[in-house]
Parts: sequence; C-alpha cells; structure tokens
Amino acid sequence: MTQLHTHPRSDRGTPGPASDAFLEVRDLSVKFPTDDGVVSAVNGMDFSLERGKTLGIVGESGSGKSVTSQALMGLLKGTSAQVTGHALFQGKDLVTLPESAMRRLRGRNIGMIFQDPLSALHPFYTVGHQIAEAYLVHNKATKKQARAAAVDMLGRVGIPSPEQRYDEYPHHFSGGMRQRAMIAMALICEPELLIADEPTTALDVTVQAQILDLMSELQEETNSALILITHDLGVVAEVCDSVLVMYGGQCVESGPVDEIFYDTRHPYTLGLLNSMPTLNSPASRLNPIPGQPPSLLDLPKGCIFSARCDYADLAGDGVCASRRPDLVVEDGHGRRCHLSGPQILTIRNSR
Amino acid sequence: MITFILRRAGSLVLLLTAVSFITFTLFQLGPADPAAAACGQECTPERVAEARVALGMDQPFLVQYADYMRGLFSSRMIGAPGAQSVCEWPCLGKSFQTNENVADIIGRSLPYTLSMAVGALVLWTVSGVGLGLLAALRKGSPTDKFIVGAASVGVSLPIPVTGLFLLLVFVNQLHLLPFTTNEINSPFGPQGPLAWVANYLLPWIALAVLFSASYIRVTRTNMIETFGEDFIRTARAKGLTPRTVTFKHGVRAGITPVVTMLGMDIGLLLGGAVLTEQIFSVPGLGFTAVHAAISGDLPVTLAITMLAAFFVIVANVVVDLAYAAIDPRVRLQ
Repeated sequence: MTQLHTHPRSDRGTPGPASDAFLEVRDLSVKFPTDDGVVSAVNGMDFSLERGKTLGIVGESGSGKSVTSQALMGLLKGTSAQVTGHALFQGKDLVTLPESAMRRLRGRNIGMIFQDPLSALHPFYTVGHQIAEAYLVHNKATKKQARAAAVDMLGRVGIPSPEQRYDEYPHHFSGGMRQRAMIAMALICEPELLIADEPTTALDVTVQAQILDLMSELQEETNSALILITHDLGVVAEVCDSVLVMYGGQCVESGPVDEIFYDTRHPYTLGLLNSMPTLNSPASRLNPIPGQPPSLLDLPKGCIFSARCDYADLAGDGVCASRRPDLVVEDGHGRRCHLSGPQILTIRNSR
Repeated sequence: MITFILRRAGSLVLLLTAVSFITFTLFQLGPADPAAAACGQECTPERVAEARVALGMDQPFLVQYADYMRGLFSSRMIGAPGAQSVCEWPCLGKSFQTNENVADIIGRSLPYTLSMAVGALVLWTVSGVGLGLLAALRKGSPTDKFIVGAASVGVSLPIPVTGLFLLLVFVNQLHLLPFTTNEINSPFGPQGPLAWVANYLLPWIALAVLFSASYIRVTRTNMIETFGEDFIRTARAKGLTPRTVTFKHGVRAGITPVVTMLGMDIGLLLGGAVLTEQIFSVPGLGFTAVHAAISGDLPVTLAITMLAAFFVIVANVVVDLAYAAIDPRVRLQ
C-alpha cells in the first residue's frame, strides 16, 4: 500500500520519472500560440532539486527562465500557454495538477519572490495586510493570529519596528524593504520550495547582498529548496549549489556550481563567463557574445546556439546546424553540445 | 481634508460666477427678446416697453447681473416700480413667462430629474461594469466579442432612436408599460415604488443603453490591463482564491477610471437629461430648461444652467474623495 503511493507511476507502468526526488522536472515544454505563430518559450527542460539545496537558473532575457518558473508555479494554467512534460513535486505532477489543487500548493508549499517588488505588491493594501492574507488563505487562523504571524515574519526578514510597518503601504517602503516584505510574504507559510525570479535585479548593489544573505539564512532555517533565477553570475557563484544555464528555452549546461565556473563544458557558458568584467582585466571594453538570441517563433533545426557559436565548424559535417544535440549527463554535469570533451578543453585553454 | 474642502468650495464659487456671467452675456447677445415674448400676442410697442421695465431689462447689463446675483444672498424686490413683489431668499428671479418664483419651478422639476437619474444610474452602472468585467475575464471568447459588439451598437444609438423604439414596442404594441405620466415623481408617492419603476423604466433603459456601452468599454479595457499587472500574479502566487484575486485585488485597482466617469455622468444627468426628458415628456430640469430657453425665459434658463454646473462640480469633488478612499497613494492636499 505504502509502496504503491511512493511509486505510483512506475507501478502502473506509465512512462514518467520516478517520484523519489523532491523536485524532478522532465521534458518540460511551454508553447504560446500567438497571431504570428507558436512561440516555443521552453523546449524540454530536465532538472532535479533536493530539499535544502539551491539551484541557479541563468540565461539571457527571453531564454525561458521566468516562463519555466511560472510553469512550475502553475501560473500559466488558465492562459493560452501549452505546458507539456512532467514536474514532479513531492510526488505530484505540477503540470497535470488541476488549478484548484495547484492553488492550495501555491504559497503554502511553493513560494515565489518576484523581480520588481513595487509592482508585485498591491498598491492599495498595507504591506502587513498582504502578508497576513497569504497566511490566512492557507491556515485556519483568526485575523489577530494572522497579524501576529505577519508581524513576526516582518521582524524575521529584518524590517525594523514591524508592528508599525505592518500598517504602512508599499509606497512607504524603500526598494530593499519592499523586497524584504515580498520575501516575508513568500515565506509566511514556510514553503518547502521557494522560487525567486530575479529577486535582486531591481535593487541597488549594497541591498542586493543583504537580500541574498537573508534568503540564504531563511532557507537554512526552514531547510527549503531554492530555485534562484538570475542573469547575474556573481549572485550564482555566491549562493547556489548547482547551476543550470538556459539558452533558447533549453538547458545547455548544468552541474555543480564550481564545475560550471571552473570546468565549463559549453561554448555558450564560456561566452557568458567571458562577457563578465573582472576587476583585474586590463580591457576597457566588455566581451559580449556576438549576435542575437534566436527567434522563439522559428527555432533552428540544429543546435539552438549554433548561429552564434564560434566553434560550430569544429564538430564537422555541419552537424551543429542540422541536428539538435541531446543533453548528455556525465557525473552530474550535463551539457548539450556536439563538440567532444577534448575539443571543449582546447577551446577553454585557448581563451 | 478641511483645506481640500475649503479650496474646492472656493473654486466652486468662482466657477459658478463664471458660468452665470457667461449665460447672462449669451442671453444679451442672443436674438430673443424676452420682453416681446412676455407680453404675448396683440403686443404694442408701448406694452413691450412696459414689459421690459417690469422684467428689469431697461437697466444696464451689469446692473441686471448684480441684481440677479444679490438674490442668491438675500430676498429682493422684483418688478416695475409701483408693481413690485417680494422674491424670497434664495431668489433665483421670477419666470418672465409665468411670474412664478424660479426656485419653485426648480423644486417642482427636480424630483422628475432625480427619478430619471437614480434608476438609469443603477441600471447602467450594474450592467456596464458587470458586462465589462465579464468581457475582460473571458477576453477573446465569443462572450467577449458579443459584449464588445453590443457595446459598439449601443454607443452609436442616439437617445431619440432608442427612446422612440422602446415607446413603440413596449407601450404602443405590447402594452406592457404605461406611457410616462407626470403624476409620479418619487418611489415614496401614493402609487408606490412599483408604479414609479414602471413609469420610469423605459427612460432608464434608453439612458442605460447609451451610457453602459461606454462603461463596458472602459471597464473591459482597464480590467484587462489590471489583470496583467504584477500584483495580480503575486496574488495568484500566494494561493488566493480566484474570487479574491478578481475582486479584491483586480477590480478595486482597475475600477478607478470608472469612478471618474461615473462622477462626471451623475453631475451631467442631474442637470437634466434634455433629450430623454423631451422624448418621454418628463417635466424635469432638462425639459424645463429647453422650454425656458426657447421662450427667452432668462431667470429659469440661468438658474438651471447654474444648478447643472453646481452638480458637475460637486460630483467632481465627490470623485476626488472617492479616489482618496480607494487609492491610499492619493492624499488630499
């Protein structure tokens, strides 16, 4: 009986990944039908995450980072978006879960922090009310208890005199304080999984570090898993256990954070790292990756990155342009590239 | 708050002065001769001159205006020397046509206009906001397209067309409703509220068809925009119920432009729905004003014009107060 519940899918023989993992995403795709054609925003994402760990998802704008997170949150349900694949969260498939069941998971089991806290908070309600509201919807509690919980949470995220700030509106808060309030709102029900969609992008640099520290601290307290979506590689290096690099709605490289930075195995990731300015580099100009990201309306048949890749000829036979590479995982380090290991090594050392 | 009210009261006085002065001036420039109209048929030049003195129109323009305005603050005497009568405060003058006190004429007409306005307002607000919200929630669906299409038709139908059509169908052909009568001007009258509704239903519908069309469009546009806001996504991410997301987070934020429209329209409508009152023969302010203007009855026209301006300005103040109540970022200075 118990076993049946632990492995419902494998017992029934239906295709699908095992559900042991805390979060297991397999072949997740999101398509948006538009007047101009179908936009393929996410094209077969695979990754898994354990409790207490932090996964960084990096990529340029339009690489599908945010859409992936919204698909996981079920925020695309009820829209025209077509979500396929599997996203098993504690045994439940978030892709097929009906909206009513998904709604009960949101906020309680999966929390989310958004990029711009000013527009993400409702301008007409007090900050405290908005936090208490998140508590009330998932807990049988009186308004007084919800207020106490919200005040406590505001204190935990480092907002001074939380009792007074409870009754203030978002426009009374500074940017950093607003993001702290946002974090308080996402964490008030102590979700096991927290998705932070560029939580520090709208903040200035000194505040960014404070917010990251706070998130790590609270994550440790509650042993929750964190998906950190960002395009800031510095942030990734600081807080993540593992990293997933996205390009054109696909994972092009994934692995433990140190390996991504020091044992890079994909030309795109190399390009990203190379475009970061360093304090001791003498060059006065940045080194961007030339070209534009591909149109999601009409993705190339071959490797999505091939058009911008300096090394597409090395693989030979025009294979980069004609066939899309699979994600090959070796010792927990995955990459989606036709180039061989030694070829990558040569490229890396030549830089 | 007190500063806000005082400042608004000040601008109210200034605006009313300007409106009254402009109306007064227009009357002087116009071709109509109130004295000739007042002395009736078989008029001799002598009698016209007498009438002119009786109406005070022999006085210089500014003296006439000052006399009229004085009546707003105290009682004054009206009429030719020797045949003067008292005009009690608040004196809005006496009708050139019937010599009746203008304040009494307005007091008599206002209940009809109120009856028209209240019902139409409820009808078009409920239907306009309700259908607009429904269209926004079902954006792109056949329901949405039907509502938007119906709104486009509604907004392009002139009141005389809808009004006469309604009268023809429901009164003349189907005999479902009585023809509008002057005897009912309040739901608390002896005939009771049902008779009041039956009496005013058609004018309400005629007005509501026109007004709700623009309310549907404004509500729909603003709600679609609001539902796309980040804070709506946050509300969903918190796991709030669809109803809470739609109404508490969505509608409250998206409804402010509708409140503005509503304030303006209430103000305008209280000044008299001119066309609708004509078509349904409701002797409200609009009806009275039209007849006064045609017959050159300056005091009546002037008083109703000022009253209409007063309603519009007061409605604007109410809108500002409502804004402050809805949106905490708005602070009254």
